[in-house]
Amino acid sequence: MRYLPLTESDRRSMLATIGAASVDDLFRDVPMAARHSGPIPELPGHMGELEVERLLGSMAARNLAAGSCPSFLGAGSYRHHVPSTVDYMIQRGEFLTAYTPYQPEISQGTLQVLFEFQTQVALLTGMDVANASMYDGATSCSEAVKMANRITRRKKAILSGGLHPHYRDVTTTDAAFTGFDAVTLPPDAFGGEDLAGMVDAQTSCVVVQYPSVFGRIYDYTELAKSCQAKGALLIVVVTEAVSLGLLTPPGDMGADIVAAEGQSFGNPLNFGGPYVGLFACKEKYVRQMPGRLCGQTVDADGKRGFVLTLSTREQHIRREKATSNICTNSGLCALAFSIHVSLLGEEGLAGLARLNHAKAVQLAEKLAGVKGVEVVNDAFFNEFTVKLPKPAAGVVETLAQRRILAGVPASRLFPGEHPDLLLVAATETNTDSDMDAFAQALAEVL
Amino acid sequence: MNNQGRPTAIPAPTSAAGDTVTGNRGLRIEEPLIFEQDSPGRCGVDLPALPDVGLRLGPVKPRGSIGLPGLSEPQVVRHYTRLSQKNYAIDAGLYPLGSCTMKHNPRLNEKMARLPGFADVHPLQPESTVQGALALMDELAHWLKALTGMPAVTLAPAAGAHGEMAGMMAIRAALEHRGEGARKRVLVPESAHGTNPATAAAIGYSVDPIPATAEGRVDLEALKAKLGPDVAAIMLTNPNTCGLFERDIIAIAEVVHAAGAFFYCDGANFNAIVGRVMPAELGIDAMHINLHKTFSTPHGGGGPGSGPVVFSAALAPFVPVPYVRKDGDRFVLVEREGEGGTAYGRMKAFHGQMGMFVRALSYMLSHGADGLWQASGDAVLNANYLMARLNDVMTAPFEGPCMHECLFDDRFLKGTGVSTLDIAKALIDEGFHPMTMYFPLVVHGALLIEPTETESKDALDQFVTALRALAERAKTGDAAWFQAAPRFTPRRRLDETAAARKPVLRWAPEPERLEAAE
Amino acid sequence: MTVKYTKDHEWVRIEGDVGTVGVTDFAQQQLGDVVFVELPEAGRELTLGGEAAVVESVKAASDVFAPVSGTVTESNGALVEEPSMVNSAAETDGWFFKLTLSSPSELDDLMDADAYKAYVEGLH
Ligand SMILES: Cc1ncc(COP(=O)(O)O)c(C=O)c1O
Repeated sequence: MRYLPLTESDRRSMLATIGAASVDDLFRDVPMAARHSGPIPELPGHMGELEVERLLGSMAARNLAAGSCPSFLGAGSYRHHVPSTVDYMIQRGEFLTAYTPYQPEISQGTLQVLFEFQTQVALLTGMDVANASMYDGATSCSEAVKMANRITRRKKAILSGGLHPHYRDVTTTDAAFTGFDAVTLPPDAFGGEDLAGMVDAQTSCVVVQYPSVFGRIYDYTELAKSCQAKGALLIVVVTEAVSLGLLTPPGDMGADIVAAEGQSFGNPLNFGGPYVGLFACKEKYVRQMPGRLCGQTVDADGKRGFVLTLSTREQHIRREKATSNICTNSGLCALAFSIHVSLLGEEGLAGLARLNHAKAVQLAEKLAGVKGVEVVNDAFFNEFTVKLPKPAAGVVETLAQRRILAGVPASRLFPGEHPDLLLVAATETNTDSDMDAFAQALAEVL
Repeated sequence: MNNQGRPTAIPAPTSAAGDTVTGNRGLRIEEPLIFEQDSPGRCGVDLPALPDVGLRLGPVKPRGSIGLPGLSEPQVVRHYTRLSQKNYAIDAGLYPLGSCTMKHNPRLNEKMARLPGFADVHPLQPESTVQGALALMDELAHWLKALTGMPAVTLAPAAGAHGEMAGMMAIRAALEHRGEGARKRVLVPESAHGTNPATAAAIGYSVDPIPATAEGRVDLEALKAKLGPDVAAIMLTNPNTCGLFERDIIAIAEVVHAAGAFFYCDGANFNAIVGRVMPAELGIDAMHINLHKTFSTPHGGGGPGSGPVVFSAALAPFVPVPYVRKDGDRFVLVEREGEGGTAYGRMKAFHGQMGMFVRALSYMLSHGADGLWQASGDAVLNANYLMARLNDVMTAPFEGPCMHECLFDDRFLKGTGVSTLDIAKALIDEGFHPMTMYFPLVVHGALLIEPTETESKDALDQFVTALRALAERAKTGDAAWFQAAPRFTPRRRLDETAAARKPVLRWAPEPERLEAAE
Repeated sequence: MTVKYTKDHEWVRIEGDVGTVGVTDFAQQQLGDVVFVELPEAGRELTLGGEAAVVESVKAASDVFAPVSGTVTESNGALVEEPSMVNSAAETDGWFFKLTLSSPSELDDLMDADAYKAYVEGLH
């Protein structure tokens, strides 16, 4: 077996040093009834690289790769172009095969990356501080609600109908088990929710998504003030982080916590994971944050260096009183995010965001020209909702047979609701001819 | 008061003699923050032309400047290359962090995860276009069930701690389903990893510690005394965090079940027993498996991981969504509670850590049943070999054989003025990543060493030589020398106290930074 | 003026019906460099043995328990600003909070300085 360095003679001499008769002898504390005498018969034997590649390659070939056809899916996961440098860098063994930076003297690489990542996230969201990442946007969202509950010592969260229903579900699952109230609103496809009017003295937080799952964008400045007046916090969720390159950041609107998905930068679609949860907040709440934090300090020679800090919030020290049970997070995805953002820089990020918006404006114009199709949103970033004269799920399936990934039917996210609505996203990866092919195919199947 | 924890004092600055003009030292190059390399107008990407269309942002204003630095691609490459060179990694050497299973990460797995048919697939594509991805999830589930003997598995959790959450939620859902929601106490050994009590507490359970025997295992009699009608579950790590197999585990499962409670097993240490011992035959109801430990998916400097949970028949109906179901020769993704009987909810935005699934399956296929058998045997052999070679110069709190990791305490340092931390830092200078320190908490000054099966005998022997020499040196009372270690690293000991007293958690341009400090 | 001690290493100094509470010098040595304290706000009712404050070093967090029952009248704002005072002046300027005692008889169960000294020596 190519990964196992011990030879039979190594094993014999090591057993002699130990004073054991056999490897089996080392398992003598295991009850006999549970011990197996040899490899599990129902599983195959070992394979060489070539055979593994063939087998997994054949499984991969049964999927339609989004990049092999015109693709307009979003709803929490976005196909962007990832510069080659990103994937090269994250495969350097020094990043890839390191553990959590528990020994700072030999982990300054990872630690400096985290410090830079935290800064980038804080700048993008317009917040004071950010942590070293969460599992994904949905778990960030739920952790943000729990943090708001701790800060306000209240137990009622109000979840906007513009929140991605999977984020909502992760939060309501948590609510059911950890014991808080999550008030959910119906899907906000057409706007008009009165969130401010619902905030009362029991409300710990209001959770909105920006842009919403339907692609709608609102200025939340007034909502932030209403929350503040009642002692509640405003949590802003962002699923398309590229939007932060163009839109007024949540921090400028008065958000207390921002919970976001960072996949758009540096990370492929990956059929939904691993992704990278971003988590940022106002400085005064930092001791209630979940997850790891990297901080700046000096070493014994007085040189600047970085360490994991404020760890007493975390499970390995605070145990049952920890702010969260999270341990392993999304380190390497955060690195990919950070490298991509570094390559873009100020100009590149603003340009990329502007380009995404322009592509979406073009697509909206093209689709509006298809008979029977109505673009629902006036304002959006790179994703919007269209109304079709037929059930969207069927249309999407038909177009998939023609190798066009047309978007996400609202009914996939909200079963039984809004069967005629389709969520459509455009990014810099979509060409004019992709969009024309989509509009034309749509016209044909409607 | 709690006197756990570890010393954090740093030695006084030493003379700067021998410093270079640049601060660089040969291959070790100082690297400023990316924000300190800004040159407005520079950019590391070239974007397609911007179509000439207007903005449709409605009430929202376009933002002003973001504050990001501008760098060209070669500068970015150099920045991250230099940073990478300040990290220790498995690729570079032995990384014997107990409880973390830092084994070799095969590059084949990276290649497989990057096949466009896996990496470039959107989670919400129509089912007909992702049959291969669903088949892969189903195949991984099959391996995990076959390797544990358990009838059900959820792939949704993103890491071990998330798996604990999934398992404990299943337990609570099952208890509520049979009208026993009043059970609110969870028994957790004091040696448990912090995530165990944190998870139990997060879902509203009170945590009650179970004492250990002098042999480092759960005290069965004490456990019996703690059981009662209000106990929901026991959370037990096996092999345990002292690196020992819980000999009484079957009896433990029996008394726990007899009391109407469930048995959650923390499977972080599954690597010791893969393919040799069936968790199902131990009476376990739920167990998470860290794919980023046992099944070699890279740890990436802190993640991502993946924490599937296997379930007994009693818990199988209580799983989170989504999961894959086979319908004839088609795979279906069940995404909602209603569709799946007693499924209890969602834990993650999408279907789990697909990229990690591909890597883990690639690892499993490469090993096969025979390779996995050999791997767990070698992991245990390597740990026992280290134990045997170090036992006379260090002090082990418990007698072996150990499983995949061996545990020492700091009695061998008593009276020397040298601490566990100092030994760890001196090991760094010798070119090794230290072992896990100060965990488990039940052992004073713990040093937990997990070599894994992917270390050669030569590598182990070099490590033994270094560690023995350090242990001998410590006994000569050379505390000052130890306290000055490490000396040859990019940074020497860091002032963690200063970092925590006045946290600086981000870079800020100078004036703003002054403000923040006020 | 009397000072009494608990087995959890808190001290309480009694002046009239007001008690001033802190952690002992032994406790601060065990903790190492203190980096953060969280103190109870004035008006909070504390019961004997209940959690009253938190003191943190880099690698440990400990609860400080109320040595006696009472109502908090004041907490040491200077300590929040300069937590290292727990290390430099544990039994003087590094006090945590003051409270008015609701059951002064609870003091009878606490140790005096000599008893506490003997207790700490017994811990080694
Ligand atoms: C014994 C044990 N349990 C649980 C965990 C948590 O796993 P994860 O970091 O994947 O969340 C760990 C990881 O360090 C562990 O060692």
